[in-house]
Amino acid sequence: MRNVVLIARRELLAMVGTMAGWVILAAVLAVDGLLFNSFALEGIRRSAEVLTRFFYFSSGTTMVAAIFVSMRLLAEERQAGTLPLLYASPVQDVDIVLGKFVAGLAFLCGVTLLTAYMPLLILIHGKVSFGHLAAGYLGLVLLASACMALGTFASALARTQIVAGILGGAMLVGLLVAWQLSRVAEPPFAGFFAALALHNLHFVPFQSGVVHLRDVAYYLLVTWVLLFAATRVVEARRWR
Amino acid sequence: MIQVDGLTKYYGARAAIHDLSFRISTGEVVGFLGLNGAGKTTTLKILAAVLLPSSGSVRIDGLDVARAPLSLKQRIGYLPEQPPLYDEMTVGEYLRFVAELHGVPAARAPSAVEAVEERTDLREVHRELLGALSHGFRQRVGVAQALVHGPSVLLLDEPSKGLDPAQIIEMRSLLRSLRTTHTVLVSSHILPEIAQTCDRLLVIRDGELVAQGTEHELEQRLGGSGTVVVQVRGPAPAAENALRSVPGVSGVTVASAEEDRVELHADAPEGLRPAIARAVVAAGLDLVRLDVGQDRLESLFLRLTRGTET
Repeated sequence: MRNVVLIARRELLAMVGTMAGWVILAAVLAVDGLLFNSFALEGIRRSAEVLTRFFYFSSGTTMVAAIFVSMRLLAEERQAGTLPLLYASPVQDVDIVLGKFVAGLAFLCGVTLLTAYMPLLILIHGKVSFGHLAAGYLGLVLLASACMALGTFASALARTQIVAGILGGAMLVGLLVAWQLSRVAEPPFAGFFAALALHNLHFVPFQSGVVHLRDVAYYLLVTWVLLFAATRVVEARRWR
Repeated sequence: MIQVDGLTKYYGARAAIHDLSFRISTGEVVGFLGLNGAGKTTTLKILAAVLLPSSGSVRIDGLDVARAPLSLKQRIGYLPEQPPLYDEMTVGEYLRFVAELHGVPAARAPSAVEAVEERTDLREVHRELLGALSHGFRQRVGVAQALVHGPSVLLLDEPSKGLDPAQIIEMRSLLRSLRTTHTVLVSSHILPEIAQTCDRLLVIRDGELVAQGTEHELEQRLGGSGTVVVQVRGPAPAAENALRSVPGVSGVTVASAEEDRVELHADAPEGLRPAIARAVVAAGLDLVRLDVGQDRLESLFLRLTRGTET
């Protein structure tokens, strides 16, 4: 655990110590703010509806930001030639992957938390259910966790950050459009694709303030599977 | 102590190293010599547990690299070919991170960093960003990160690569200072460089160990020949005959012949210089210069690494 914290702390400091981290932070806040003003606050709506739309749009920026944050995690180490330091240190491969993942997720959670002023603005003219707020943010964190794990896996596979970004983006799109496949596929595949889809079935309840245990389990499972795969990739590189 | 037995590593169908076996005793400084692509870096990576071997075994201080990699890594300091530095960190932050990563308790890390900075002459750049350092300093930080956790074994992959002459001298004296406290394996493709620092040499060619021993032993193995440069005042034929008359001189070439001065290169070990001097004087010639050929080590290196010794 100590090694995970050490690696995560260094990675997190690197994110906030370089321009890239601040650019991602500014971009997420700017896009979220624009979407909130343009679409969530548009027309006369009930407070809960505004909040639902806020979480819907925020989920999009969170997924995109996760890919941008995660693409550097392992691919940059390989590009910069610093991976041998971690490989030669008395840390397990799973510690390396977890440390990177935790740093990326902590950064993204920090960015997501900074968007909280938007739903709180609703309090000026309306009412906000704090249960709805908590459920929405829990959904965003779980979605961020799954996307960060996916990006970490792509970053472990790729040799450069650009390739990691493209690979992660492609895998994310694949998981997003799985629900469309479910519309055209025959049972039992229709059910399988619907359940596999990253956003449609599993995130919508969160944005409406509803927490289903099956959705929490889904995001945790996706995170675990992808981190497990990333660890295996890192281990396999010791043979090459 | 490092024990390597039958070490083999395949990249696809190609064997980067094949059936490599050697021993390095505690406190010994050993040079690992070979041309680029000979398998030096692959061997060091396996010894540092960065890469896994296809077959064979590596034991360091009795620990097997495949069975106890974590315990073993705490005893090893490894400098890869390119120092693994995070440009956005300062020297102090980076060395502290590496120390803690290698198990140095957080409370002891600052003193470990201070000690290694003293040893590698890095105190003045403690607060400098790694990305802003010159190549020489980056290389020195690379050595410092290998030393900071107090390992008993050091694996250094071309530590003098890309350094200017002044920095090479500094690196040489740093390596010499490690002699008493560490077991060191240092790779290079520059024989004169490591010959001055190492107790013994391992020579690798196409992934196989082709020779090992001290510089003198390797010279003996290759027929004991070297080059002695002789400058005399007098006719070239007389000088050539005088050198050829010395037992042990296997060949003489006239390198240059000016009006009153001739330079000859004699294929002979450096120990024959007194006999050569006597022969020149006995032939009635004036001896102007008598020296060991600068290309002696290069020639030895090429013969070992290109396989032309037979």
